[in-house]
Amino acid sequence: MPDAHASVLQHHFETLQQQKESSSLGMWVFIAQEVLFFGGLFATYTVYRAMYHDAFAAASHHLNVTLGAANTAVLICSSLTMAMAVHAAALGRRKQIVAWLLSTVLLGAIFLGVKVVEYREKWELHLIPGPSFSAHALHLEGDAASHAQIYYSLYFAMTGLHALHMIIGIPIILGLAVFAWKGRYGPEWSTPVEMTGLYWHFVDIVWIFLFPFLYLIH
Amino acid sequence: MSEHVVPIRTYVGVFLALLVLTCATVAVARLDLGEPEVAGLRLPLNVIVAITIACAKALLVILFFMHVKYSGRLVQLVVASSFVWLFILIAITMSDYVSRGWSIHPGI
Repeated sequence: MPDAHASVLQHHFETLQQQKESSSLGMWVFIAQEVLFFGGLFATYTVYRAMYHDAFAAASHHLNVTLGAANTAVLICSSLTMAMAVHAAALGRRKQIVAWLLSTVLLGAIFLGVKVVEYREKWELHLIPGPSFSAHALHLEGDAASHAQIYYSLYFAMTGLHALHMIIGIPIILGLAVFAWKGRYGPEWSTPVEMTGLYWHFVDIVWIFLFPFLYLIH
Repeated sequence: MSEHVVPIRTYVGVFLALLVLTCATVAVARLDLGEPEVAGLRLPLNVIVAITIACAKALLVILFFMHVKYSGRLVQLVVASSFVWLFILIAITMSDYVSRGWSIHPGI
């Protein structure tokens, strides 16, 4: 039995089980750190929302709830396809793994495409924070306008950081698809697919919170 | 542990529940649930419902898609601790803002 594992078991681990558990633990510690990384932004948002409640409400009314909800659904679908990829990898079904991984990438790309449409609209309405920011489209003036700029700074920081995580995730998933095609993952060892799955689901969870915070709560 | 292969039915069930909850949160956001006062505290019900639904969705993803329900104790401890730290981050930050004179409602 140990010989069968020799190719995937690294020398510093006693057993495959130990190797898998170490990967899981390491990935979860990374995700715990990510929770706090995004948590800082959510805390900032909460403080400023309490301070400038009315300007934040007016600014958030301007976001397109339909596009946000559609993107939430797209991301939930991509989490399902990722879970199916992990499932297929654990069973060693080579073509299924590749198909599910590529579906995940496609859905991720659709999400980013919708995000581009939304960002473009903000650009055209001068809602990008900076010297050319104007709260004209929001019908706000004076202090309320500068408070709306804080809302949009947070909007772009939070959704931008979230999108960056997806942009990092997509090439990783494509890499997995190549390795899966070569038959590298099976019942014995599919840890990379599983760990990337954890990352992708985490990114989904961040959006699950971003959507109500930025789009729905007024 | 990772040997545990979760049945596809579970994934599809979680997926459908997530979609239903997404529709629910959008539908509730269209209603004005008001801000009743309980023991001197104003409770913005829309915010509370939206955050509760988001937490339920996150919990489903964590337990089933991320396999935490089937993971070992050590992983479950790390997951739980990440939320404890997040709670400390937000609770202590907010306690500072709401308890100081210069704080959260400028001009009041």
